This record gives sequence, C-alpha cells and structure tokens, in this order.
Amino acid sequence: MSLGRATGLIFAKELRVELRSRELLSTTLVFVLLVLVLFSFTFDPSAMEARRFGPGLLWLAFLFAGSLMLQPSFVRERTNDTLSALRMAPVEPFAVLLGKLAANALFLFLVELILLPIFAALYDLAILPVLGRLVLVLFLGTVGLATTGTVFSAITAQARLRELMLPLLLFPVLAPVLIASTEATVGLLSEEPYLDSVWLVFLVVFDAIFLTAAWLFGEYLFEE
Amino acid sequence: MAENPKSGSGSSILWTLLSFVWLALAGYAALFVAPTEKTMGVIQRIFYFHVPSFWTAFVAIGTTTYASIAYLKTRAPKWDWLAVSAAELGAVFLTIGLVTGPIWAKPVWGHWWVWDPRTTSTFVLWAMYVSYLLLRTLVEEPERRALLSSVVAVFACLDVPLVYFSIWWFRTLHPQPVIGDGGSLDPTMGKVLLLCWGAMVALFLLVVRQRYRLEKLRAEVDGLRMEAERRAS
Amino acid sequence: MSTGFSVQFENIEKRFGMRLALRGITLSISPGEFVALVGANGSGKTTMLRIAALLMRPSAGSVRIGGEGTESPRAIHARCGMVSHATLLYDELTAQENLRFFARLYGVTSVEQTCATALERVGLAERARDLVRTFSRGMRQRLSLARAMMTQPRLLLLDEPATGLDPEGQSWLGNEVARVRDAGCTILMSTHAHGEVQSGVTRAIRLEAGSVAEDSGESGDLRGILGRVGPERVLRPENPGRGER
Repeated sequence: MSLGRATGLIFAKELRVELRSRELLSTTLVFVLLVLVLFSFTFDPSAMEARRFGPGLLWLAFLFAGSLMLQPSFVRERTNDTLSALRMAPVEPFAVLLGKLAANALFLFLVELILLPIFAALYDLAILPVLGRLVLVLFLGTVGLATTGTVFSAITAQARLRELMLPLLLFPVLAPVLIASTEATVGLLSEEPYLDSVWLVFLVVFDAIFLTAAWLFGEYLFEE
Repeated sequence: MAENPKSGSGSSILWTLLSFVWLALAGYAALFVAPTEKTMGVIQRIFYFHVPSFWTAFVAIGTTTYASIAYLKTRAPKWDWLAVSAAELGAVFLTIGLVTGPIWAKPVWGHWWVWDPRTTSTFVLWAMYVSYLLLRTLVEEPERRALLSSVVAVFACLDVPLVYFSIWWFRTLHPQPVIGDGGSLDPTMGKVLLLCWGAMVALFLLVVRQRYRLEKLRAEVDGLRMEAERRAS
Repeated sequence: MSTGFSVQFENIEKRFGMRLALRGITLSISPGEFVALVGANGSGKTTMLRIAALLMRPSAGSVRIGGEGTESPRAIHARCGMVSHATLLYDELTAQENLRFFARLYGVTSVEQTCATALERVGLAERARDLVRTFSRGMRQRLSLARAMMTQPRLLLLDEPATGLDPEGQSWLGNEVARVRDAGCTILMSTHAHGEVQSGVTRAIRLEAGSVAEDSGESGDLRGILGRVGPERVLRPENPGRGER
C-alpha cells in the first residue's frame, strides 16, 4: 500500500474519531478564547500596541492550544492498545505519524481560523485586507507546530507526567516558529501591510526540516 | 569485565591533577595576567569564564547529538551513557554561562538581564537541555529511555541553527543597544581566553568521563543482579 | 488452501529494565500447528506472542517467520492476525467502521463484502452500526476476532481469547478457531481455560518464569500439559456439568 493511501486512511480515521466526540475541538476552542480574552483585558493595549503585541499573544495562545490538543493523539491509542493494531497493519510507521500529524494540523488550523475574527475584534485589527496572506502564515506555522507536536506527543505518551512534559519539550523547540510566525503576522497587520519573505521562507524551511526528521526518525517512536 | 581499578584510577588521577592545574593557571591568568579592560574594570575578568562556558556547552551539545545518533544506529548502551553524561555537563556549563552573564552585566550596564540575541538563544538552548534531562527521569525502562531521549536530542540539535537564525534575524530587524563585547580583542586577552577555554574543556572531559563510568557501573550492577536472578531460578 | 507461516524462536531473551521476562527461548513451530501456550501470569506468554507478532524487539536472539510471502515485516504483518487482552478497537467508531478501517488498511479487495461476512460470522450483524463503546466484553472480543480473521491470516496469535466469554461464547470461539486452523493457518494461543477452546490443539507448551518448562512437541504429553494449567480461577460462570477442579 502506498504511503499516500495509508496516510489518507489513517487521516480519515482520526477525523472520524474526533468528529464523533468533538470533545477536543470544543475544549480547545474555549480554552484559546479564554486565553485571548484574558490577555486582552489584562493588557488593554492601545492601537499601536495592539498591532505590535497582539500577534505575539495570538501565537502564544495557539502554542498553548497546541500543547493541549496534541496530547490525546497518541494517548487515545493506548486505551484499547489500538496503537499495536496500527503497528501490526502492513503500513509503514511514517504513515501513522503523517496521518495523525495531518489530522492534528487540520484541527489546530480550524481552531485558529475560528479564533482569528474574534482576535481581530478584541484587538481592533484589520485582517480582511491581508486575509489570504495571513491564512498562509497561519498554515505554515501550524504545520510546524503539528509536526514537532505530533512527534513529541508520541514520545511523551510513553513517559510519566506527560501533560507537563509535552509543553516542556515543545516550547523551546518551537521558539523559532513562534518568532517567525509572530513577526510575519506583525508585518501583515502593520499600517502598511507587507509579507516578510524571509520569515515565510524560514517557516517553509522549518517545516521541511522537521517533516524530514519525522520521516527519518519516526519509526523509533513506536518500538517496544 | 570490570575495569581494572588500578589502571582506571591511575590515569584519572593524572587527568584530574592536570585539569586542576590547568584550571588554576587559567584562573591566575584571568585575574592577573590579562590586562584590565579600560571601560569595565575588574569585573570584566569574568568574561574569561563566561564566554568559554558557552563554547564548552557547544562541545557538549555536539557530543550528545553524535552519541544519540550512534545509539539509534547501534543500540549499544555505551552511547546512551555518553549522551546523558555530555547533556548533563552541557546543561551545567550553560547554567554557568547564564549566571555569570548577569553578574557581569549588572555592574557594567546596569541591567541584570536583557533579551539580546545571545541571551535569548542560550536560554532556549538551556530549556531544551533541561527538558531532555527531565524526560529521562520520567521514563523508567532503560532501553525505552535511551531511545526516546535520543530522538529528542536529534530534534533539539536540528533546531539549534534555526533558533539562532530566527533570533538573530529578529534582532537585526529590531535593533537594540548592543550589550556585549564589541570591538577587537587585545592579543593577550585572546590568549587568556583560549587558555580558559582549554581548562574548561579539560574539566568537561574529566567530569564526562566520571559520569560515563558511573552510568557504566550502574548498568553493570543491574546486569549482575539479573545474572544472579537467572542463576537462582 | 494456503499454508500457515512457521515461527522460529532462536535464543529469545527479553528484558524490561531489571526484569527478565524471557530467558533464552528456542522453539520451532511448523506451519499449520495449533499451539497452546500455558503458564501462570507473568510467565512470559504475552511477551512471546508480541515478539512473534513482530511488535516487540527481543533484547537478544532472533525470531524468524517463514513461509510464502514473508519477504519483509510488512508482508508478514499483512497475513498476521492478533487478538489480545485489549480489544484493539476504536470505541468511538461503530463495529462496521472499525472493520472497514482495518480491512482497507490491510488492502482487502472487496471491503464491504468482507466486513459484512465477518460481522455475520461473529453474530454481530444487527449491531453493525452501533458504537463499540456500547458493546459488552464478549461482543468486543468477538469483533476483535472478526478483525483478526477477516484478513485471512496465515499466523494467528491469540492472547487468552476466552477471557470474559460465557460458555456459549467460548464454544463459538472454539469453532471459529478450528475453522481457521482447518484453512491451514498456524495458531499460537495462550490460554487458561479448559475444554472447548482447546479442541484441535496439536501441541502444548508450558512456560514457567520465562523459560519453556514443558513442550508436548518433545514429551508427547499433550493432555497432561493442558491439564496442568495453574490454579488461577478462570473468568467464567460455574458450569456444574464440567466436572473439573
């Protein structure tokens, strides 16, 4: 079976399982909303400050959301040991990783898209003129977040204190993504919007490097 | 199977003496031989330990990464022993660097801490190493622990250039008053710096070796216990 | 009719940290054999099965799965089925969805047909659209078996499959397993239960503290080994007509 087809099957399964319960999407949405609102009235920024600091807070909120949302992906496979069932299927381990990664990226992306207008309203930022480019930045940053997050969640699922360990591992490694995404967003929301190509390329490079690393080292994650 | 105690302690005593002599020399050089810096005065001398501690930390990081990849390929436990030894030392040297920084910065520039490219990158690096070490304490089975932490080490290493670049580019776009040693280095200062780095590397090698031997002994004890169990049944 | 895989354990050792679960096990299982693995809890049965399934790497030694179509681990997995303590099923999906997912993953050609047949066979056709979460332990076990057998395995690994099944369920299980065996599949089954499930067993191996204590392949004492299953209580209702201890 080709990698693409296997990944697609697992991706579809992840989607179906999540859509059945919808618990992950809804709780994450509420959580990120809360974070954004709390930030908003704790800092109560002026217009210029909002343009400067808002994006940072937004991405921070996404980072928090990610570290919560990525946890269940592999932990869920432990309840009925379905991970063993996946490992015994005649598909390459990377397909399992990729399928989950894609599903995680999609869920995170959905949450971000829903929260974007709320964020714009709270901080009084004009996102419509730059919507397309903003969504691109969101997408690239989310792929980076989902890639590292999925790999690390496979690791922490096998450790104790996993809820604490995942953010601890994830945040330092994702610092570059946080910086790049935030800066790109700031550029798009400034008075004269521009898309910083350096940050864009950087995000693409980050995503490529870590996707490749996941491909090369992924199989070690599932060994017993 | 066990290391001959005599030869083991013989060479390590020599190495220990050598390292401490070197360290003492370096300390002396830093305090008395190197010329006093014009603007900063005596406190600047901490620079001779502050800067090399980062360089040594990089040596540690390189060692951990190499050992982790070697473990993934060969699954020989000795690589995992080396990886954890180097990682612990790396974290220690990073901590030394991060602590000596503010000690130097406060009297000279008036701030304990500033988020400039170097401090930010180093802090992120330090966080990565600490989380690596924490992960190790949370996985009990040795083979699983070695495998998982090796993957984390590789990912962390891949991230290092990305961290440095992103932070550097960020600061290029948003320049701040530069804090740090600008300007050219007096040749004597340069020599003292290298001497101090050498001393730190010697110390690093010494401690890594001891830490490695500790891991090895632990594994040997476990092996002996299992052998006893096997014989008893 | 295709022949089952052969399984060869060469000096298999498995360590979990400080604990030695398997000590130097060397065994040869021929194609089509129906092997019952017996032994107390912790004797290493589950570990052995997981190593045979290529899920677990042995700490030392090697396992070789032989036969037609064993060129790669993936090829082996394609014709290997497992039923374990855990259900290996997704609670949030329906019985049908579970089977369809795994059928597709295994590259089964006529997915709908195969799933429908499998559900019929295990008597869960009416519950096809119900979430597995709503199933009883016995029903889950049946679905798990359906999942393992629907891909027509040549090696079937069963880890105490009768646990949680009532006598009717156990008899049904015995029939299903016999059917698979008749199709030529090699079966390795760890078991506590007596009677029904074990009809058709061709060889019994008793494990004790990670080593092979008895092997009917050598001693010829199949009945004896099966009878000497440990004193643990089996999870099923009392059956007065059985006349066992």
